[in-house]
Amino acid sequence: MTLSTLSRRSLLKAGAAGLAATALPFGFAKAQSPIVLGAVYVGPRDDFGWNQAHATAMAILKTVPGVTVIEEENVPETDAVSQSMESMINLDGANLILATSFGYYSPFVVDLAKKYPDVQFRHAAPLWKEGDPTNAGSYFCYLNQAHYVDGVAAGLSSPTGKLGFVAAKPIPSVLSNINSFLLGAKKTNPAATVQVIFTGEWSMPVREAEATNALIDAGCDVITCHVDGPKVIVETAEARGVKTCGHNASQAPLAPTGFITGAEYKWSTIYSLYADLLAKGEPLPNFIAGGYHNDMLQNSPYGAGATPEAIAAADAAIAGLKASEPIYVGPLKDNAGNVVIEGTMDNYDPVLDGMNYLLEGVVGSLT
Amino acid sequence: MTAEAVPASAILLRSGNVRVKKLAETIAIPLGALLASAVLFSIFLLLLGKSPIEFFALVWTGGFGSSFAIQQSLQRAAPLLLTGLAFAIPARIGLTIIGGEGALVLGGFAAAAIAIPLVSNSAPAFLTLPIMAIFAMSAGGIWIGLAGWLRHYRGVNETISSLLLSYIAIAIMNFFVEGMLRDPSSANKPSTMPIGDAYKVGNIPGLDVHWGLAAGILLAVVLYILMSRTTFGFAARMTGGNPRAALAQGLPVGFLIVSCCMIAGACAGLAGFFEVAAIHGQANASLVAGYGFTGILVAFLARHNPLVIIPVAVLFGAIAASGGVIQRRMAMPDATVLVLQGILFVVLLVSETFYGRFKIFQPGRTGDRT
Repeated sequence: MTLSTLSRRSLLKAGAAGLAATALPFGFAKAQSPIVLGAVYVGPRDDFGWNQAHATAMAILKTVPGVTVIEEENVPETDAVSQSMESMINLDGANLILATSFGYYSPFVVDLAKKYPDVQFRHAAPLWKEGDPTNAGSYFCYLNQAHYVDGVAAGLSSPTGKLGFVAAKPIPSVLSNINSFLLGAKKTNPAATVQVIFTGEWSMPVREAEATNALIDAGCDVITCHVDGPKVIVETAEARGVKTCGHNASQAPLAPTGFITGAEYKWSTIYSLYADLLAKGEPLPNFIAGGYHNDMLQNSPYGAGATPEAIAAADAAIAGLKASEPIYVGPLKDNAGNVVIEGTMDNYDPVLDGMNYLLEGVVGSLT
Repeated sequence: MTAEAVPASAILLRSGNVRVKKLAETIAIPLGALLASAVLFSIFLLLLGKSPIEFFALVWTGGFGSSFAIQQSLQRAAPLLLTGLAFAIPARIGLTIIGGEGALVLGGFAAAAIAIPLVSNSAPAFLTLPIMAIFAMSAGGIWIGLAGWLRHYRGVNETISSLLLSYIAIAIMNFFVEGMLRDPSSANKPSTMPIGDAYKVGNIPGLDVHWGLAAGILLAVVLYILMSRTTFGFAARMTGGNPRAALAQGLPVGFLIVSCCMIAGACAGLAGFFEVAAIHGQANASLVAGYGFTGILVAFLARHNPLVIIPVAVLFGAIAASGGVIQRRMAMPDATVLVLQGILFVVLLVSETFYGRFKIFQPGRTGDRT
C-alpha cells in the first residue's frame, strides 16, 4: 500500500472538485458507443457489508442510458477473477470492469489491463500507481472518518464508556478505524475506552460471535467492528441487549433496538461520477479517493440506540469533517506510553497510512 | 443391438459382441445419468421460474460456443485432469483418496520454494522449470504416498487421513508463506517471491491455454496404458478387487498401494506446479481453489478410467466456465452451478448400481463375460 502513497496524495491534493476534471489521454473513443459494465464481487451481494455497499451503489450506474450492467458475485481472489473478467469481455462485450475486492488488483487486473488495452478497469482499493497500465485505475474512501463519527455518537450513547471493537487484521486501515473510533468517543466522553479483539480473518463468523460475546462479558456496552460482513456481530450484540455501531453498509435492520449509527462508504458518489463521465463519453480518472469532505462517506441513519445528544454531536462531527477538521490532534500516545503523533495531522496525511499502533485508551495489543 | 440380432453360431462374433455390449453399457449408463441430471436440474430451474432451455443454451455459449469459450473450458480443465487422475489411480487399487487438494497445494508450494534460490541465482529457465516440476511431483507424491503407507502398514482409513493431510498441507504452506518465505513486498496478501515472467510456463502455441493441459492429456494416456496394459496395472487392479487374494497370490500389495498413491500425489503436485509456474508465478492462498475436490467428481464420472477423464474434465471445465455467464445473463446466484454439480454427483453414484442390471447389455446365453 505504501508504494502508491505519493502518487495518491498528489492526486488527492489536486483537489476534490477537480477530480472529475482530471483529463487523461485514454478513455472511450466515442460518446455514443454503448457501455457494458462488468462488476465483480468477492462475496454475496446481500452480505450486509462490503459487497452490498458496492452492489447498492451500482444501481446508480444501471440507470444511465446506454449503460448495461452485468454482475458476478462470489468470485474468489484467484485466477477465477481473471477468467470471470475475460469472460465478461469476450462473451458479454464488457468494456468497463469494476473489480471491487482488494486482492483482484495484482496480478489479475494489471495483467488483463495489459492484455485488453481497449477495456477500462477500475479497482476499489488505493493500489493504482504511476507506471501501471493507463486503462486501469483505483477508487477508494477513507472510512476511518465515519468511524470517528460512530465514536462521537457511541461516547454519548454508552452508559459505562466501555466500547468494544471486533477487528479482522492488525493492518493500517483497520488500526486507523479503531483509533479514529476511540478519538471520536473521547471527544464526547474523555474517559471512554475501546477494547479490541482481532479475529485474524476478514470473514470468520464463529470467531466474530465469540469475540462479541467476550467483549460484552468484559463489560462493553457498545460494540462495533471492522470485518467483511458485520451481520453476525450486530445480531449477537442485539441479542445480548447491547448497542452497536455498523461498518461498510447499513446494519440498522438487524438491530432495531440497539443500533446507533454506522460507518458507510458512499460508493454512489464515485459511481455517479463514473456514470456522468460515461454518459458524456469522457475518460474516467485513474485515481480517485476521498472522505467526508468530498461526499464519499456517510453514516447510517441513526437507530433507536442513539441518544438525542449523541445525534446532535454526531451531526456536528460530520459538519466538522466536511470542513476538513482534523481527527488526529497531537500529541497522542500509543497504549504503551510512547508519543506517536506530535502535532496535528491532516485527515489525509500519508503518515497515517503507515499506522502500526493502538492509541492510549485502546485496550488490546497488535500481537 | 439386441442379442437376437447376432447369429448364435458365430463364436468370434459373439466375443466381439460381448465387447460391444460392454462398451455400450459403459457409454449408455453415464450418458443416461447425464440426461437424468439434466431433467432433474430442469425441474429445479422451472421451480425457480427460470427457463431450462436458456440455461443449457448458456452452458453451451459459455463452455463451447466460441473459440474463446472453448479455451476457457480447456483452461479450467487442465488442473481438473490432473486432480481427476489423482483420485482415479488410487481408486483402481480400491482406495478412496480425497486429499488431492493438499497435494496440489503442497506441490505448488514446493515448486515456488525451490524456485527462490534458483531464480535469485539466475539459473536458466530450462533447468529451473524441470527442477520445480520434480519438486512439486515429489512433494505431492510423498504426501499422498504417506496416506497409502498409513493405510497399508498402520491400518489408518485413507479417506480420513488424506483429507486431514490435506489440511496440514495447506497449513504448512500458510506457515511458510506468512513467515520465513514471505516476499516482503506482498504486504496485504502474503506470497512467496514471484518467479518472474522469464520463468513462466507459456501457453500451447495458438491457444490461450497453458502447457498443463498437454501434460495432463499425456499423463492420462500414460497412466491408462500403465493401469490397463502392464503387469503393474493388472496387479494393482487385482489388489483393488480383493487385497487378500492378491496378498495370497504373493503380490507386493504394500508396494502397489504406496506406488499408486505416490503416482496420484505426483499428478496433483504437477497440477500445483502449473498453477504456480503458469498462472500465479508464486505460492499463496490462491492455490487453495478447490480443484482437488472437483477432481474427485471428474474421476467418478469417468469411472476412474484415465482416458475418459480427459473429456469429463473438459465437460466440468465447461460447466465451470459457463457459471459466470449464467449468473450474469440469467441473474441467478453463483450456487446454481454447484446445484447442478451436486445433482450430477448423486445421480452418478446411483447410476453405478445399474451396471449389470440391464438385460440389453448382457452377453446373453453364452455366459461368456470375460
